[in-house]
Amino acid sequence: MKFSQVMTNSGEWLRGEGPHHQVVVSSRVRLARNLRDRAFPGWAKKAERTQVLEQIRPHVEGLSEMQDSFSELLQDLSALEKQVLVERHLISREHAAKGVGSAVIMNRRQTLSIMINEEDHLRMQSIRSGLQLKNAFKLVDKVDSTLEHKLDIAYDQRLGYLTACPTNVGTGMRASAMLHLPGLVLSDLINQVIQAVNKIGLAVRGLYGEGTEAMGNLFQISNQTTLGEKEEEIISRLTKVIETIIEKEHDARQMLTQKKPDTLSDQIGRAYGVLTYAHAMTSKEALNLLSIMKLGVDLGAFPEERRLPIDELFIETQPAHLQKASQQKLNAEERDYLRAEIIRARLKLFPKPDMDKVAREREDQPPSDSNHHE
Amino acid sequence: MLCDVCKCNDASVFLTQILEGKMQKVNLCDACSKEKGVQDPTGFALADLLLGIGAAEEIEKGATSQKCPVCGFTQADFKKTGRLGCSACYQTFGEGLDSLLKAMHKGTEHVGKLPERAARQMQLSDKMRVLNDSLRKAVAEENYETAASLRDQIKRLEHEMAS
Repeated sequence: MKFSQVMTNSGEWLRGEGPHHQVVVSSRVRLARNLRDRAFPGWAKKAERTQVLEQIRPHVEGLSEMQDSFSELLQDLSALEKQVLVERHLISREHAAKGVGSAVIMNRRQTLSIMINEEDHLRMQSIRSGLQLKNAFKLVDKVDSTLEHKLDIAYDQRLGYLTACPTNVGTGMRASAMLHLPGLVLSDLINQVIQAVNKIGLAVRGLYGEGTEAMGNLFQISNQTTLGEKEEEIISRLTKVIETIIEKEHDARQMLTQKKPDTLSDQIGRAYGVLTYAHAMTSKEALNLLSIMKLGVDLGAFPEERRLPIDELFIETQPAHLQKASQQKLNAEERDYLRAEIIRARLKLFPKPDMDKVAREREDQPPSDSNHHE
Repeated sequence: MLCDVCKCNDASVFLTQILEGKMQKVNLCDACSKEKGVQDPTGFALADLLLGIGAAEEIEKGATSQKCPVCGFTQADFKKTGRLGCSACYQTFGEGLDSLLKAMHKGTEHVGKLPERAARQMQLSDKMRVLNDSLRKAVAEENYETAASLRDQIKRLEHEMAS
């Protein structure tokens, strides 16, 4: 499979069809594994890294899940191509910085991606749309069990799977979900939620993980610890917390439609106006406005069949996707023009927001008991 | 008592810090303590201070003397990168790591997935223990016929474990 096919095939999670897809964009589970007694990638010399890569790669490519896969050495990918994979969350930002001795292999559906010689020898990740942490884990767990028969994996009876960073030791598992929380942000409740989540040992991060800004009202929530708890327990704990956040988000949206319908109409109207008529737009502004449009679809201000073009714009307007699609390298200013142009074209036939419909739908619903979840 | 840094003023700030199980003490005068940022607890680590004033040589020596026999990684490398060198490092630096892991994680022992290979090894070593016990018993009871059969079984199991 070639890179051009990766571009044209949008990947399952980008189509946003999974359970709770209004709030949960995607679910990811990754496992970190290493070969016994071989220097971790960060410490290994180039020759040893290459050796480890050559040892692991054929087994990964031979997985039944990896038929017709995309498999590439990091040094053979352009900076732009690497960035496209980062924007799709198929490789990490750290992996994109790697060159000789590292590789990425992913399946056609882009639900499974395996990085060789990232921080650990093996980073296996499954990504699904909506809230599907269990399914994501099932897939990556199966792949792990298959590879284990072919590779001598570093495992300690007491400490479990041994990883380059002690923060991953034990299960080597990081489970995370990307949540779209415009309701909680607009009602100024988001910091309360983040603090509560941090308190119970889970991490909240921005769009591209550690140290990144939260844009487009998108937040990643994941487990912080990996030792002393079973994989299934970590996942069910995380799922429960996410379900609570989903409820809070829905409550916040309902409160907004009931108590602040004018603010909401103003926000949606402005997003629609700017996106439809602007001629220059940064990716941050685009994400923030598209987020409000997505909320508009969720609330009924735009017809349901308009959901897909909005979801697609989230990824298509990212810097690397923009440049890869236009097949040219653009500076920031040129990107902003092109981004606005693409959005305008896509929204040309978009109906105006119907805020009366939001109000009608609210009246159809029984009054909510907002104290219910306190 | 003189200040450990400037060695001319009287010390008025006395610091004790326990780092990786080792107690470190340092005495500072008012001016030096301010300069080193001791009064700002968030930005201060005793080890960093000590590293700058020669008394640190001793800790340094202790840290670098321990070297992973498999990959050559040292404790100083760990301090620098926050990552380990290879899977064997977990055993090399075991003691120091335990307190770190305890602070980082929910528990100190893995309770999750057990790789099949490791599970099988565990099963076999359990079996080996039982056989060895029986052999000792048989020999003590001078039951040589049983002992011979047990020895054969142990040999077969050893072979199986090595494969």
